Amino acid sequence: MARTMVVVGNGMVGHKLVQTVRDRDAQSSWRIVVLAEEPRPAYDRVALSSYVDTWDPGTLSLPGNEFDDDDLVTLRLGDPVETVDRQNRTVATVSGFRQHYDVLVLATGSRPFVPPVPGHDLPGCFVYRTIDDLDAIRAAAGRAMASGGPGRRAGMVVGGGLLGLEAAKALRDMGLSPHVVELGPRLMPLQVDEGGGGLLRRLIEKLDVTVHTGTSTESIQRDSGRLLATLAGGTELDLDLVVFSAGVRPNDALARSCALPVGARGGVLVDDGCRTDDERIYAIGECACIGDRVYGLVAPGYAMAEVAADRILGGTASFPGADTSTKLKLLGVDVASFGDAHATDEHALEVVFNDAVSGTYKKLVVSDDARTLLGGIFVGDASEYTLLRPLVGGELPAEPAALLAPDGNASMGVDAVADAAQICSCNAVTKGAITSAITDDGCDSVPSIKSRTRAGTSCGSCVPMLGKLLSSCGVEQSKALCEHFKQSRAELFEIIQATQISTFSELIAKHGTGKGCAICKPAVASILATLGNGHILGGEQATLQDTNDHFLANMQKNGTYSVIPRIPGGEITPDKLIVLGEVAKDFGLYTKITGGQRIDMFGATVEELPYIWRRLVDAGFESGHAYGKALRTVKSCVGTTWCRYGQQDSVGLAVELELRYRGLRSPHKLKSAVSGCARECAEARGKDFGVIATENGWNLYVGGNGGTMPRHADLIVSDVDTETLIKIIDRFLMFYVRTADRLQRTAPWIEEMEGGLDHLRAVIVDDSLGICDELEAAMAKHVENYSDEWKGVLEDPEKLARFTSFVNAPGTPDPTISFTVERDQKVPVLLGVPEVASR
Amino acid sequence: MTMVAEQTWVAVCPADEVLRAYGVAALLAGAEQVAIFRTEDDEFFALSNIDPFSRAAVLSRGIVGDRGGLPVVASPIYKQAFDLRTGVCVDDPDVTVPTYPVRVLDGVVQVKSP
Ligand code: SRM
Ligand SMILES: Cc1cc2nc3c(=O)[nH]c(=O)nc-3n(C[C@H](O)[C@H](O)[C@H](O)COP(=O)(O)OP(=O)(O)OC[C@H]3O[C@@H](n4cnc5c(N)ncnc54)[C@H](O)[C@@H]3O)c2cc1C
Ligand code: SF4
Ligand code: FES
Repeated sequence: MARTMVVVGNGMVGHKLVQTVRDRDAQSSWRIVVLAEEPRPAYDRVALSSYVDTWDPGTLSLPGNEFDDDDLVTLRLGDPVETVDRQNRTVATVSGFRQHYDVLVLATGSRPFVPPVPGHDLPGCFVYRTIDDLDAIRAAAGRAMASGGPGRRAGMVVGGGLLGLEAAKALRDMGLSPHVVELGPRLMPLQVDEGGGGLLRRLIEKLDVTVHTGTSTESIQRDSGRLLATLAGGTELDLDLVVFSAGVRPNDALARSCALPVGARGGVLVDDGCRTDDERIYAIGECACIGDRVYGLVAPGYAMAEVAADRILGGTASFPGADTSTKLKLLGVDVASFGDAHATDEHALEVVFNDAVSGTYKKLVVSDDARTLLGGIFVGDASEYTLLRPLVGGELPAEPAALLAPDGNASMGVDAVADAAQICSCNAVTKGAITSAITDDGCDSVPSIKSRTRAGTSCGSCVPMLGKLLSSCGVEQSKALCEHFKQSRAELFEIIQATQISTFSELIAKHGTGKGCAICKPAVASILATLGNGHILGGEQATLQDTNDHFLANMQKNGTYSVIPRIPGGEITPDKLIVLGEVAKDFGLYTKITGGQRIDMFGATVEELPYIWRRLVDAGFESGHAYGKALRTVKSCVGTTWCRYGQQDSVGLAVELELRYRGLRSPHKLKSAVSGCARECAEARGKDFGVIATENGWNLYVGGNGGTMPRHADLIVSDVDTETLIKIIDRFLMFYVRTADRLQRTAPWIEEMEGGLDHLRAVIVDDSLGICDELEAAMAKHVENYSDEWKGVLEDPEKLARFTSFVNAPGTPDPTISFTVERDQKVPVLLGVPEVASR
Repeated sequence: MTMVAEQTWVAVCPADEVLRAYGVAALLAGAEQVAIFRTEDDEFFALSNIDPFSRAAVLSRGIVGDRGGLPVVASPIYKQAFDLRTGVCVDDPDVTVPTYPVRVLDGVVQVKSP
């Protein structure tokens, strides 16, 4: 009969243990009972801060965490273990449930440490460890935003370490102004040195986080509905909430209560097989004290889970020690530290490269002969981290100074990394294991390496390396647009721009093969249009367009079209509304309000389109580009004009933006919205670029998406004035238009960009590539050359002539089109069409 | 006894009204619809205008190009490609659309029912 293993705690490490045992226990010799305090199965705590982007706990859940189809695992959630009876080998939970064990594993993690500041337990004070903590913080932030009193809504984070800065970011994403209070002399005192900490502070302050270092919190008091914090120097802060993030303490209470030994600074004492003094009890993860240390990172915890699983199944594995390297993006600032970052080895030498202008600080710690790498610190730009970390303890491929100089790592490739070096420290995957997955198991993409080796599935910092290893093994990830062009869309854009080629035939003759197809023709047509080559139906261009662009209307299922005139910002006069009503009535069109705050009229036949548009253009309407890969709508909320909470004129800005970017052809459609305050009635964060008004100006968010893979947009600049805002949107859009793939919305474009949002910010805010002037000039040209496409058709008999049903019977409507009536309006029926498919 | 109806060529439009790599629709007797295409190489082809997948009369409004060198049109609705010479759907060879004889005589495009 199976023996019983009881696991206390269902955090990341406890879950890893259960998975490992279930994977390896081929004889099914263990039945596992997991007793957990939190109400939901194990989730990705490392990614906890990203919960703020979606507020969907599902996005954090760890694969296989429910064990639904596994009879040997029982999960008991929301009922913590209260006592352990070692004599009778039973545990009892708070609710009184008792469970016998043959082996007991403690995986209870840590608790946040809350310094005993007076007022630390007032309502409005929180910790930052679980999904429930974040939900509570969100509720308080929401109440603060809604209360609408004078002054900015603010939050204080006590502790300027790794988690404190993550918490500050979360507060900022919720619309609060964050203050970070750190007792030590610099931010992240454990990971970075003084030089790095100084730079980190400057970079973080630029992002509107107020940093107070070298000071403690004296007290927190209630103050007319808000909180008042007093710092050691006498500084007073008016706050809406406080988050304590001043370190963690191992959760060893159960061990203490049953008289198991604990370490000097806490943590259940275990040997290098993760076993406590009691041979039937193990402890793993953050609650364990192993080799005299308590680790606060997930990778060592995973290693302990593997060791304990092996021992429980009869093996002899022992804990190898662990890598405590960290690489983070905090509020968009890269920070990395690894190995002996503080040069504690007495013979170590430090090589520092500090560039205050570009905002980068890099330090390498090397042996006294400058040949062996011992550790390092990067702030501002950590691009060398993934290459250098695996080299710790090994020979340096070049002079340390050469490695740090700008472009220095050009001389150093992934080939310099030894096979035994760990590329993914979270999941302990070596370079050798990854290259063998590529060359022996045929993995040919980052996702296939992830599922084969698990590398890259935790913190993600090693993912860029996976791409580099693929190319170093000779696997090309094809970027070809289609069978006719081996170039990517971005490369074609560059070619067309540089050579000024203005027709598809010339482009395919010089740079492609064959005749073209429904993929490359519209893509090239879009590039030609962005670069200003006249009307999209001019000359040969007409033959490149997808039917929607060709008829400047959206084809529907029965071959008829829909008509969507532009209604900038969703603002429309009663007179114009009446015109729409009259036109729809006269042509018998089905009408509907769209999800984009405008009106769609359906059921127009090809030959009717010019007559309909004549009426619309005469009444002052223009094309809404609902058919194009182009700007669709800039939605708005009423804003200051009417709304009692409005901070800025959101309608005015939405109209301005929609008129500015109308007609811009892009890799995919573009959507935007402007909200008048943080209540966000216009849903701006679901858009490619969304603007939310603040007391002092505008916050700009980019990369949002509805659709199949919804994603909230990320903040890129805050509190800017209208002029700066428009400048940055100009750059953002032009950079996207030039470099994205065909049919790639801004969300995946940013996600797949090397360096992600940080790189994007560097390019379009800090002008790191020196192209901002050019991007702005290109947009200025677009704005200047805009003209209404429908007007262009109505003025040109040659273009108009294409709007016919039949070449030999231009006035006769397609006889297969017929309609029926539903809810008082006409809708298509496909009865007119004879069945021809022969299957 | 069977009567063989003599089919006649129907003149549809001047050839230069059809752009290269482009299609137009024509109406024949009995509400029959043909899509007439001119390729980049000035060859003319004619298929039924009805897209078998959506059953809408729209094939003439598809993009003309090639698949591995074969002349094709892609349906504007769900984008399947059809071989202009045979009417066979390249993405699903079980499906075929009828083809029509087509010729250009004295600069005029003519088609007839098969
Ligand atoms: C008409 C409208 C639905 C409605 O009645 O409300 C609509 C209709 C269509 N949408 Fe949409 N979408 C409409 C608002 C939206 C919205 C809401 C919004 O814009 O605020 C979204 C989610 C926001 C977003 O795009 O991120 C939306 C996400 C999509 C997607 C998914 C895009 C994605 O990135 O995954 C598609 C598919 C695609 O483009 O590949 C799509 C595609 C389509 C197509 C083109 C599907 C098709 O091929 O026929 C529909 C044709 C429009 C037509 O014939 O006029 N539609 N569609 C809305 C027109 C808004 C407008 O005024 O222009
Ligand atoms: C915001 C944040 C960011 C982080 N970022 C990183 C990072 O970038 N890299 C990194 O390596 N690490 C990071 N960490 C740390 C990492 O999450 C932890 O090291 C890891 O989760 C430890 O796993 P664990 O299973 O030991 O403990 P936990 O994940 O804390 O799980 C312990 C579980 O046991 C439960 N429990 C406690 N007592 C009992 C009881 N008596 N009965 C039943 N259940 C009990 C707890 O409720 C908890 O669910 C981060 C942590 C946070 C909070
Ligand atoms: S988002 Fe707009 S409508 Fe909503 S509360 Fe703010 S100002 Fe008012
Ligand atoms: S190093 Fe964290 S996922 Fe690979």
